[in-house]
Amino acid sequence: MTTSTVLAAANSVSTGEAVTFWILAPLALIGGIGMVAARNAVHSALWLVLTMLCLGVFYVLQAGPFIGMVQIIVYTGAIMMLFLFVLMLVGRDSTDSLIETLRGQRVAAIVLGLGFAGLVGTGLYQALDRTTTAGLEQVNAEGNVQGIARLLFTKYVFAFELTSALLITAAVGAMVLAHVERRKQDKVDQVSTMKARFAPGNYPGPKPGPGVFATSSSVATPARLPDGRLTDRSTPAILPQRELTAEETALKGTDR
Amino acid sequence: MSPSFLAQDPTLADFGRDPWWLVLGKVVFAFAFGLLATLLGVWFERRVVGYMQVRPGPNQVGPFGLLQTLADGLKMAFKEDILPKAADKVVYFFAPTISVICAVTALSVVPFGPMVSIFGHHTPLQVTDVPVAVLLLLACSSMGVYGIVLGGWASGSTYPLLGGLRSSAQMISYEVAMGLSIVAVFMTAGTMSTSGIVAAQGDGTQLTIWGQTIPAPGWYAILLLPSFIIFFIATVGETNRAPFDLPEAESELVAGFMTEYSSLKFALFMLSEYVAMVTMSAVTTTLFLGGWRAPWPITIWEGANSGWWPMLWFFGKVIALVFVFVWLRGTLPRLRYDQFMRLGWKVLLPINLVWILVLSGLRSIEDWDTRGKVIAVGIPAGILLIATIFWPSRKPKPTPTTQEQVDNRPHGSFPLPPMDLQVPPSPRITRVVAEREPANIVAGSDSREV
Repeated sequence: MTTSTVLAAANSVSTGEAVTFWILAPLALIGGIGMVAARNAVHSALWLVLTMLCLGVFYVLQAGPFIGMVQIIVYTGAIMMLFLFVLMLVGRDSTDSLIETLRGQRVAAIVLGLGFAGLVGTGLYQALDRTTTAGLEQVNAEGNVQGIARLLFTKYVFAFELTSALLITAAVGAMVLAHVERRKQDKVDQVSTMKARFAPGNYPGPKPGPGVFATSSSVATPARLPDGRLTDRSTPAILPQRELTAEETALKGTDR
Repeated sequence: MSPSFLAQDPTLADFGRDPWWLVLGKVVFAFAFGLLATLLGVWFERRVVGYMQVRPGPNQVGPFGLLQTLADGLKMAFKEDILPKAADKVVYFFAPTISVICAVTALSVVPFGPMVSIFGHHTPLQVTDVPVAVLLLLACSSMGVYGIVLGGWASGSTYPLLGGLRSSAQMISYEVAMGLSIVAVFMTAGTMSTSGIVAAQGDGTQLTIWGQTIPAPGWYAILLLPSFIIFFIATVGETNRAPFDLPEAESELVAGFMTEYSSLKFALFMLSEYVAMVTMSAVTTTLFLGGWRAPWPITIWEGANSGWWPMLWFFGKVIALVFVFVWLRGTLPRLRYDQFMRLGWKVLLPINLVWILVLSGLRSIEDWDTRGKVIAVGIPAGILLIATIFWPSRKPKPTPTTQEQVDNRPHGSFPLPPMDLQVPPSPRITRVVAEREPANIVAGSDSREV
């Protein structure tokens, strides 16, 4: 954010730009703090989404519409979504406990974080203070998208290709790790599944639900088959099979 | 196309000069268009599906049942708003809102028409346009996923979560196919602004065949047919419509991510689905079907592409595409999840990549004219078509007869009904037959059947 303000200060800032900045900058900051402070992992991710959206708008504001939109599509739309995907599988009730596993960890993290921010901020400030800005008109002379494309495919083509090679390697590596080689004869097709289902010894229909024709709605009460016998197929294997006594099934006197 | 009509095309410089009331009016118009499209879209869908299933559909409220959706919406507003105990309250509240906002925002860069004059202001019929307008559309659709995913997660129950996870996987996969098919449009049009793409589809190159000058089709649906097909399939996947409505599969996930939603929040989800359908139709029209430009036979009339008329063509195309959406729903069964993923990653994506490669190869050929374009694209396409039609099919395995199948059944299999079972005639039919043919009944007045 320091960069953008420095760059913006070099030229004149229009009212609309200033208003948008002063609305979104606090929001982005709140998002950042909320991401760290939120105890629920999904809430953390959502705060980060807020920050990323604000950053996207900032890019657009800084006359970089392409990078702004790409920020929203790629980071907010795809990467954070995958992140959320994983977090949801972890379980919605998994919240961070506030107990420190390492003594003084939190204070150290805050101090180090502030120190890092200070370092980066000063470094950027020192670097950008003395540079003369070329101006957006010059950069976007042939259009924002075309300008980026020219840089990507001429000056930075090697870095660009290296990055893509890195990403492809990562993707291929993940696929190799996750891939399970399955022999052709091990594959079960639909026909053989059906044959196995109707093979002698297998009951093809659905299992009776617990409590069907039973005297109680408890899952421990076995269902009755149409001929009146009890079936243990309807109860979980760990539950003992029993039928309620007359005393238990009698009305409790609460509904009179 | 003569220069006077090209002047109707708005350029990027034409945007951002409207007075505030005009901007407000355009925004309200786009919003109202989305809402009205929902109102009529639900009715349209139910009527068309009803027609396809040989039943009337809603026909009681208002003329032709037009007000049915309004009545349903009113009813929904008065329903109890249920907040599940396990729900994450804030996220649960925001999820439908995100969906609707993303669906409606996308309408802001859709060009409804050319430059028109509104109260003396010469202005394009489009809320706004930016150099990366199409990316804005993509961003809206990728943010729209959040509404569904968060709705599914925040409900705090199993089926919605499954629906939410499905939809996130689905929409991310199909966004890739969608983005890649738009790349072909970018390459051909040379711009990412929606008005620029519409303009690029309009500059009709002339074909001269046997001394006859014919305006060559400029629509990208024809020039970039593979992109168009893939884009439309991806659109259906992106809007969660049948046959890709896995996130809300009624028969397996109850209603997927919106199981726990009721009242106005459910109405918002419903609204966002239909607005997204209309928005996506509008985007498809803009990118591939020439936008607000009149189709060929109408362009014979000189004024077809100027003034307010183009809005009519635009709405016509959008309605036609919405009809295709409904048609798909009425025709195709829902895909299984793995089939769906296979289609996205193993069919659409590779075809798309190869097609983009071919297209960029074609474009880099130096002396490039329309005839060369048509020959280079048309002949391989024709050969491919003929090859697919006449491709020898694999020799089918001889199917065993019923008797062989019965004989091969293992011992103790389920009892089979007799294979030569004759369905006994209905008693009503026998009576009719008996009355018609009394000769079949044994003579004797006492045994006479009535």
